[in-house]
Amino acid sequence: MELFFFSLFAFLAVLCGINVVLQHHPISSALSLVGVMGSLAMLYLGLGAEFIAMAQIIVYAGAIMVLFIFVIMLLNAGTETGRGKASWTAHLLGAPALIALFVLLCLFSTRWFPNSESVKFGDFTGGGAQQIGYALFTDYLLPFEVTSVLILIAIIGAIVLARKEID
Amino acid sequence: MEAFLIITAIKLAVILGVFMTTLAYLQWVERKVIAHVQVRMGPSRVGPHGLLQPLADVIKLITKEGVMPPHVNKFFYLLAPFLAVFMALICISIVPFGTSLTVPAFTIGGVAYGPYTTMMELADINTGVLFILAVSSLGVYGIALAGWSSNNKYSLLGGLRSSAQMISYELPLSLALAAPLLSAGTLNLRGIVDAQGGFYLGFIPRWAIFEMPFPQIISFIIFMIAAFAETNRIPFDLPEAENELVAGFHVEYSSMGFAAFFMAEYANMVTVCSVATLLFLGGWHPLWPESLGSNLFAPVLMFLTGAICVYHGLNPARPFDRITLPVFGVVFFALAGGLAFRPTVPIVMPIFWFVAKLSFLLFVFIWIRATLPRFRYDQLMGFAWKFLFPLALANLLVTGFLVALFA
Repeated sequence: MELFFFSLFAFLAVLCGINVVLQHHPISSALSLVGVMGSLAMLYLGLGAEFIAMAQIIVYAGAIMVLFIFVIMLLNAGTETGRGKASWTAHLLGAPALIALFVLLCLFSTRWFPNSESVKFGDFTGGGAQQIGYALFTDYLLPFEVTSVLILIAIIGAIVLARKEID
Repeated sequence: MEAFLIITAIKLAVILGVFMTTLAYLQWVERKVIAHVQVRMGPSRVGPHGLLQPLADVIKLITKEGVMPPHVNKFFYLLAPFLAVFMALICISIVPFGTSLTVPAFTIGGVAYGPYTTMMELADINTGVLFILAVSSLGVYGIALAGWSSNNKYSLLGGLRSSAQMISYELPLSLALAAPLLSAGTLNLRGIVDAQGGFYLGFIPRWAIFEMPFPQIISFIIFMIAAFAETNRIPFDLPEAENELVAGFHVEYSSMGFAAFFMAEYANMVTVCSVATLLFLGGWHPLWPESLGSNLFAPVLMFLTGAICVYHGLNPARPFDRITLPVFGVVFFALAGGLAFRPTVPIVMPIFWFVAKLSFLLFVFIWIRATLPRFRYDQLMGFAWKFLFPLALANLLVTGFLVALFA
C-alpha cells in the first residue's frame, strides 16, 4: 500500500518536474511546480511527517506559488516566443552527459553511504506538531532564531527597495 | 477491515447526500431571507413557498448549453471549475459533527455481526486544522485560473483581486485560528471540541469564546471577518463585483461551470462556519448544562415552531397556506418527537447543537449580505493589513502569554 502510494507520487513529482521545464507558457510551468509541491507533501505524509506535509502545502502551494501566479497574471506574460534552435553540441552531448551524471550520482551515493538502510514507511511517529515544536525550541533553537532574523532582514530589504520605487 | 469499508461507504453516502441538499437549499434560504429583509416575497412560484426552486435551478443549469468562447485557454478554462468545487467540497470530510454512534450486535441469516462503533465524521486526522487551511489556500487556484484562462479583462481583474484578497486575509485568519489552539493544545478537530466541554460555575460553557484566562471573542470576530473575505461574500465580494466587473472571474462561464463556482461558494461558506463552530463555539456542546434542561430545548423549540405553523395554517394569510402550513407543522411535531425520544437523545442532541450553531453562523452570513454595501478595493486591503493583521497578532501574543502564565 505504502509502496504503491510512494511510487505513484514519486512518479507524479518527477513528471511534473519535467513538465515545468517543457511547458512554453509560464502559467503552465507554475502549475506544474504546484503539482511537484503537492506530490512532495504526499511523500512526506507517507513517511509519517504530517505536520511537514501540511506546512509544505500551506506555504509552498498555497502562498508562494499563488504569489508567483499572481505576478505572472499581473504582468500578463505570454507564451515564450524567442525559442531558438539548440546548438549542435547540446543535441550531440545532452543525453550522454545526463546518463554520465546519473551514473556518477549512483556511484558516489553507494561509496559515501555504503551500508545505509532502505526507507521504511509507517513506523515513524515523531512528525506531529508537538514533536516538531519541541525540537524547534530545544535542539534547534539557534538555527530557528537565526532563520527568523534572516527572514526579517529580507522583509526590511523588500521595504527599502519598494520605498525607493515610490519616492 | 470490510466492516470499516462498508461503514465508511454508508457514512460517505449520507454525508454527501445531506451536504448537497444543504448546499441547494442554502441558496433558497438565502434568497428568502434577503427577500424578507427587503420586504419582498422571494421565490414563491415553484412548489409551496418556492421550496422546489433549488430543483428547478439545478435542472435549468444542467440542461443549459455550456458555451465555450473561442478565445479561452481550453485546458485551464475546463480545469478551473473542477479545482474550485473539489477544494471546496473536500473540506467537509474532516468536520466532526457529533459524538460516536454504536450499532448493537445483530444477526442476519445466522451470521453474527459484532457491535460497530463509528465516529461521526469521515476522517479523523491529527492535523485537521492545518488540512482545512491547506485545502482552502489551494481553493484560490480555481478562481485565479478561471479569471486568467477566460482571456477577458473583467475576469482577469476578478481573478487578480481574488488572489490578492485571499493571500491578504489568510494571514489574519490563520493567526485568529492559532489563538484558541494554544489553550486546546491540539490540532485535531475532535480534540479541540473535547477540550471545550464542561462549564464554569456550573452554567457558563467552556467554549473558546468564554474561555477563562482570556476569552477568544476578539479572535472569533477576526476569524469571521476574514472568513467573509475568504469566501468572497459581501461586503468583500470584490472578485465578482457586478457593477464594476460584470460578474468577475466567472463572466465567461455558463451551465455546469457556473454551477460549480456557485456550489463552491456555498460549500466554502459551510466549511468556514463549521470551523468557527468547532473552534470557537464548542462544537456539539450545549449552551447550558443538561442538569438545567438543555436537552428539553430542542424538542420545545421544534414543538413551538410546529404550533406556530398550525396556528397560521388555521388563520391563513394566503389561500394555499391552509394546506401547506399544517403539513410543515406536522413535520416539526415529528422532529420534536424524534429529539425527545429517550434512546436516541445522546446521538441526536450533539448533532442538533452543532447544526443549530452552524445554521446561526450561516444566517449571519446571509444577514450581512442583506445589510452591508461593498467595500472599495483599497479599503479592503488597508483594513486587512493595517487593522486586522496587527490586532490578530496582538491577540495571539496576549493569549500565548496568559496561557503560559495560568496553564
